Amino acid sequence: MNWLFGLFEPGHALGLLALSPPGWGGALLTGLSHTLEIAIGSYILGTVIGVGGAFGKLYGGPIVKDLLAIYTTAIRAIPELIEILLLYYLVPDIVNRFLLSLGRPRIDLPPILVGTLVLGFVLGAYMTEVLRGAILAVPHGQVEAARAYGMTPLQVAHRVTLPQMLAYALPGMANLWLNLTKDTALLAVIGFNELTETSLQAGGTTKAFMLFFTAAGILYLIISALSGRLFALAERRARRGQPSIRGGGI
Amino acid sequence: MRALIKPMMQPHRLFLLAMGIAIVAWAILTLDWSWLPTYLDNGLLLKGLWTTTYMLVLSWAMGLFLAIWLGLAQAAGPWYVALPAKGFCSVIRGTPLLLQLWFLYYGLGSLFPQFPWIRESWAWAYLREAWPYGLFALTMSFAGYEGEVMRGALLGVPKGQLEAARAYGMPRLTILRRIWLPQAIRRVLPTLGGETVLQLKSTPLIATITVLDLYQVSLQIRQDTFIIYEPLLLLAVLYMFYTGLIVLAFRFIERQVPAKLG
Repeated sequence: MNWLFGLFEPGHALGLLALSPPGWGGALLTGLSHTLEIAIGSYILGTVIGVGGAFGKLYGGPIVKDLLAIYTTAIRAIPELIEILLLYYLVPDIVNRFLLSLGRPRIDLPPILVGTLVLGFVLGAYMTEVLRGAILAVPHGQVEAARAYGMTPLQVAHRVTLPQMLAYALPGMANLWLNLTKDTALLAVIGFNELTETSLQAGGTTKAFMLFFTAAGILYLIISALSGRLFALAERRARRGQPSIRGGGI
Repeated sequence: MRALIKPMMQPHRLFLLAMGIAIVAWAILTLDWSWLPTYLDNGLLLKGLWTTTYMLVLSWAMGLFLAIWLGLAQAAGPWYVALPAKGFCSVIRGTPLLLQLWFLYYGLGSLFPQFPWIRESWAWAYLREAWPYGLFALTMSFAGYEGEVMRGALLGVPKGQLEAARAYGMPRLTILRRIWLPQAIRRVLPTLGGETVLQLKSTPLIATITVLDLYQVSLQIRQDTFIIYEPLLLLAVLYMFYTGLIVLAFRFIERQVPAKLG
């Protein structure tokens, strides 16, 4: 094992990846944690938007339905990079205008918060479509039976629709999660120091671009492999009691 | 035209339509569009549009060609072909395109000048530029994603069709050309439309390696004029228009191909 750690000492082949400052390993791991924080935060936000959007699209009034259709279509038709840039300026602008109109001073929103909000808003559009499809896949008889028992709409959603649609939604949700972890890299364009941006900085300083981009790529692959496993487990749990279908995963 | 107008003739839709028109009118009248004629006249916008278009078309065509082989390798190849193909698809699909792009441009691009024989060869004129790296990265990315799709489509063609072809005594390449590939591509068509839109949406990434595409043009306008929102809004509208065009084109192609599958 010692020879393995020896590789990461300064002056050895992978010395640039050492955890302490002459090496950039620590910085890369910080970048990885930023990537994960943003991804998890915006995934939660996107799922909340998605649940609301899916129910709104299926059971909402005509205006709600049309507005949601515009939201999902527009978000999915414009490149994420442009949406991120547009919202990255727009969100702090709106917040500050709101604060100024209340007579309060301007604030600087931390980039990690803006990044999470923006990615979550974008993810919400995709999540709406995935969850809408999954809700439609729940057999209608189940919902009718629940209504016949006198359950309120919230109870039907909580007891019948949501648990059952999870099995249908999870493959799509897993894909969205994988796309999201990769979309966090787009925040590099606005200078946020997540994994890809950090490895560019490391490469720029040391001229060892190949090494750092490969290291970052391996970290991304580890994320996707691990989360693929987790989603496969979750799907198996959500499908318990249902006839088996071959599950995904990377 | 009638099919377009009829669903709009509902009170709430008319209201939304009026709101939409009001917003567009507000955007045209109150936002600052004074820069637009300048950049239309000097051809920068058209040039950006052209770059985005040829990047999309070339990477689409070359990527799809590679994807067919990647799919075949995984669906029918021996393990020593299938495994590398699967690995390639996994790596492409598991890492961000931005990372791949920067890996090629900054990483590979900084290696080439170290070799004198590369600098003296004809390829150096291209390797010095940024766009070949962008095109290469986009092609590889499309090939990786579509390779996986093609694998599924090739495996989805019913076994009986291939067995019947073999019983007719067709050689393997003829089976591929006459039976297997046409049916697989027919299966892929609905997915392919969506994937093409995704590919269009990845093209602005090449602006990060200084290729002058539509997105880079809008960044340049912003730098020249210090206007933040208007160029981005124009960009969003142009990409939406482009997406609509792709969706319509694929709907047309799908209608040309008989949907019934054996």
